[in-house]
Amino acid sequence: MLKGCVVLLTVNRYKCCYCGACVGVCPSLALELVETWLEISADCTECGLCTRICPVGALEVKA
Amino acid sequence: MKCDVVVVGAGPGGSMFSKTAAEAGLKVVMLEKRQEIGDPVRCAEGVGKRALSKMVELDSRWIASEVKGARIIAPDGTSIVMSEDKGGAEVGYVLERKVFDRALAENAARAGAKVLVKTRATGLLRKDGVPCGVTAMRFGEALRIDAPLVIGADGVESKVGRWAGIDTALKLKDIETCAQFLVQDSSIDDSYCEFYLGNSIAPAGYVWSFPKGKKLANVGLGVLGSRSKPGEALRLLRQFVDKRYPNGRAVEMVVGGDPCSGPIESTVADGVMLVGDAARQTDPLTGGGILNAMEAGIIAGEVAAKAISAGDVSASGLKEYEDRWRATIGRHISRSYEFKEFFVKLSDDDLNRLLGSLKGEDLTKTDLRGMLRVLFRLNPKLLWELRHLVI
Repeated sequence: MLKGCVVLLTVNRYKCCYCGACVGVCPSLALELVETWLEISADCTECGLCTRICPVGALEVKA
Repeated sequence: MKCDVVVVGAGPGGSMFSKTAAEAGLKVVMLEKRQEIGDPVRCAEGVGKRALSKMVELDSRWIASEVKGARIIAPDGTSIVMSEDKGGAEVGYVLERKVFDRALAENAARAGAKVLVKTRATGLLRKDGVPCGVTAMRFGEALRIDAPLVIGADGVESKVGRWAGIDTALKLKDIETCAQFLVQDSSIDDSYCEFYLGNSIAPAGYVWSFPKGKKLANVGLGVLGSRSKPGEALRLLRQFVDKRYPNGRAVEMVVGGDPCSGPIESTVADGVMLVGDAARQTDPLTGGGILNAMEAGIIAGEVAAKAISAGDVSASGLKEYEDRWRATIGRHISRSYEFKEFFVKLSDDDLNRLLGSLKGEDLTKTDLRGMLRVLFRLNPKLLWELRHLVI
């Protein structure tokens, strides 16, 4: 994906329990957990690994 | 700000490092991105008694309960008791991590380490390409901390290693995705830890119940990442708890990812050492990581003191850390990784057969390793692939 485009990975902040498992599997260093706030950078390639590891299903790659 | 060593993360690994290094005379600054150390918890809180008491003076404020032994339950309901002192080598105390982590950080502070909370490392400082500290964000303001040595004790979501060129990204097959409730229920056995196995209740993982006293227990489960789909851990946990504790009350919820990759290729780089979950030093079979992180923190603290006084913090100057943790923790988790890689392939029938074979065996003085040896003796054909680990 070109940088500056809209990233299609979304986090449901009402579900996220800010555990950081998604950050640990992200191959592109695109996620950062700032206390209770998950930041998604433009480096995200929408590979979806984080959505599968999320224990509560808070992450989704929108089609 | 200038110091000898900056530590990123104030969990058990970071705090034990900071205490050890500060006691050896180093000027230590430990950063914690959260405003409160130890909270929210991401852990089942079980630890072995003996190993813990060797590293820290026990304190009743952070011991929630003491368990007598462990019960392992097969998919068909067969239950095996592993007990007393020996079973307790794996799980003997159930901690109150919120209090425990804080106490370890206080010990580090008492030894002279400076602790900065609500301070998040954002990158490495470099001079001629070599790391020489970190940039950080402290309560919304940029901060620069110059230090010849950086310790990555930043947990499952570690960035320090990756900034330094060490690939710590976890493959889905090398992380368990976990969910846990603190359950209150009158049927909870306050003196035994329980482990439930089965591919339908926790695919390539297990369900645990660690009692915290007064009919409370951490009831949780892990699912191997490669067998998981979005929200799977929480969905399976709800299913298990509804069935096992229909009248139970979940008074707390905990989630997290548990590395189970076994030893990674490198945990040092020029000016950088990784400890604990950041170094993926968790036991891949049990998921236990507290004691390994603490031990690695102590080793790294001793090596840091030598390296700083010798003026050599290059990767080769830090090699002693690599050698020492691999000889102890590393050997153990390599074996556990092989066991894990084997056990995740087993069907429920295999699990039933294995645990069923233990009926009538006296396991009252057996630890996990001893039990694996008995299993091998009784099921040599099924466990043939593991013979080199058991003999």
